Amino acid sequence: MDDLTRDHKLTARNDGDSLILSGELTVWTLPQLPENPPQTIRVEGLTRFDTAAAWYLAGRAADGTTVQGLTDPQQKLLDAVTAAQPQPDPAAPTMPAWREILDKTGRRVMEYLTFMRELAEFLGRFLAALGRAIRHPGEFRLTSLVHHCQETGLRAVPIVALMSFLIGVVLAFQGAAQLQQFGAEVFVVDLIAISILRELGILLTAIIVAGRTASALTASIGSMKMREEIDAMRTLGMDPDMVLILPRVLALLIMLPILGLIANVSGLIGGAIMSWIELGISPSMFRYRLVAETGIEHVIAGISKAPVFAIVIGIIGCHAGMKVGKDAESLGAQTSAAVVNAIFAVIVIDALFSIFFAEIGV
Amino acid sequence: MSENVIEVRGLRTQFGSHVIHDGLDLDLKRGEILGVVGGSGTGKSVLLRTIVGLITPAKGDVRVLGQDVSQLSGTAREALERRWGVMFQDGALFSALTVQENVEVPLRAVPGLTNAQREGLAQLKVSMAGLPRNANGKYPSDLSGGMKKRAGLARALALDPEIVFLDEPTAGLDPIGADAFDKLIVALRDALGLSVFLVTHDLDTLHACCDRIAVLAEKKVLTTGTMADMLTVDHPWVHEYFHGPRARAATDGKD
Repeated sequence: MDDLTRDHKLTARNDGDSLILSGELTVWTLPQLPENPPQTIRVEGLTRFDTAAAWYLAGRAADGTTVQGLTDPQQKLLDAVTAAQPQPDPAAPTMPAWREILDKTGRRVMEYLTFMRELAEFLGRFLAALGRAIRHPGEFRLTSLVHHCQETGLRAVPIVALMSFLIGVVLAFQGAAQLQQFGAEVFVVDLIAISILRELGILLTAIIVAGRTASALTASIGSMKMREEIDAMRTLGMDPDMVLILPRVLALLIMLPILGLIANVSGLIGGAIMSWIELGISPSMFRYRLVAETGIEHVIAGISKAPVFAIVIGIIGCHAGMKVGKDAESLGAQTSAAVVNAIFAVIVIDALFSIFFAEIGV
Repeated sequence: MSENVIEVRGLRTQFGSHVIHDGLDLDLKRGEILGVVGGSGTGKSVLLRTIVGLITPAKGDVRVLGQDVSQLSGTAREALERRWGVMFQDGALFSALTVQENVEVPLRAVPGLTNAQREGLAQLKVSMAGLPRNANGKYPSDLSGGMKKRAGLARALALDPEIVFLDEPTAGLDPIGADAFDKLIVALRDALGLSVFLVTHDLDTLHACCDRIAVLAEKKVLTTGTMADMLTVDHPWVHEYFHGPRARAATDGKD
């Protein structure tokens, strides 16, 4: 930094009641100036004089200091700066701390309630669009639906299958270590089957899809919102609910149960392979116990959650996309908010389902 | 007053095999406002970016304040950069900072400046650029296009540069806002003794502010001169530009 200030030289000396400045009076030499100068400031032979200097002199002049020795252009600049000097606003009234806390809490609660209301509104808009598509099939965009099925469904198959396979392996491995102590190795089949079919298969699939698709929905709709494409659509007589929300949410609704099934199968295969290696339970034995001991209700309980997860993920993603403002910053903020909210919602809903199934005894 | 602050000689810029400028010469004199005009795609903004060193020329010299921009590095270059200010087309404000913080960014380079001084100076620049005081705390996303341009100008002027580069300062502004901006540029030039390099399409701005006009065409500066000189140029494009219906409207308005 010395290199940058090297060329800026200001000499200031006190002469009785006045401060005499010469040399370069600029923003670079501003820090050398006294905060409270004497009654008179005299400048002589300035090589440079800028707005920062004028600002300093204007500020001191307002405190009653007289400034002498300015040339005409310098005086003009000083006048211009004095005229432009912003007037301080009256201080905003401050609230007592307890009121501020109460105020903020209230605002946050209202924000949360508004968020819930808007989600409900989007759910309604989706259902309305669905109803319209059923009454007027001509308005429905099949190509778009197929495209989104590929994006959210087909493209997610490898990651979902691999993850579920590994979960099956882990369950078999951990279960085997525990069950071997009691000589109850064969129950590892029940452990794997029930945990994957009922909970883990669909829950983890939903979490992965929430991360993958909710962010993609927000980003794609949000960037269209940012560039006013959605407004353009409205003026061209296209309904964004029909064009954007319906195909995306419907694609999720179709694909998530399928992905859940794939996850179930892949998890069972992972578990079966690990049981075979670790416990010597042959695949045919695994299959026999699976069919004989595990009821179909576990599969139904698991897959029945999928449509609910799909709609929640889709609605949260589309809603966040529509909330994007005009700048890229809000796009990023909404995208990460969509992922967090979608995953959180999936887990909460899964917990509610568990209670519900326990109560009705499935 | 005839010292050249910018001298461009024999400039050639190209992207791949696409040549933008070839053998371009241009001068900016101290204290003048130079308007650079040209059709879309003639490389007005590219010229601006080349002069400030954002684009490296394929051939030729660019000398700003007597120094060759492409030869400088490190602190020498930093010192030169502090002597000019650039206002980009949409203001190019940092979106994570408020207007006042944006203007404070260049001021942070000044060692020893107290927070109060920096804030005071930033508020002064914002006010000199014609923004209301309550704009200080706003974020760029809350501002209109014209206000963003003014905030961009305030940031460009933060360190009292000797040269200001303005890229289409009045594009997208309503006539009243554009007129106010023209007046602001002239007022700041008079008050601060700036040299202004102004890229524009706006014939009214050319009339209202520019001391000289440089016309970019055929990959070089075709002609330079005052507005009156431009009206006598014989080149078809220049003739069309300065004698078209819009140009006539702008001229009539001033007479």
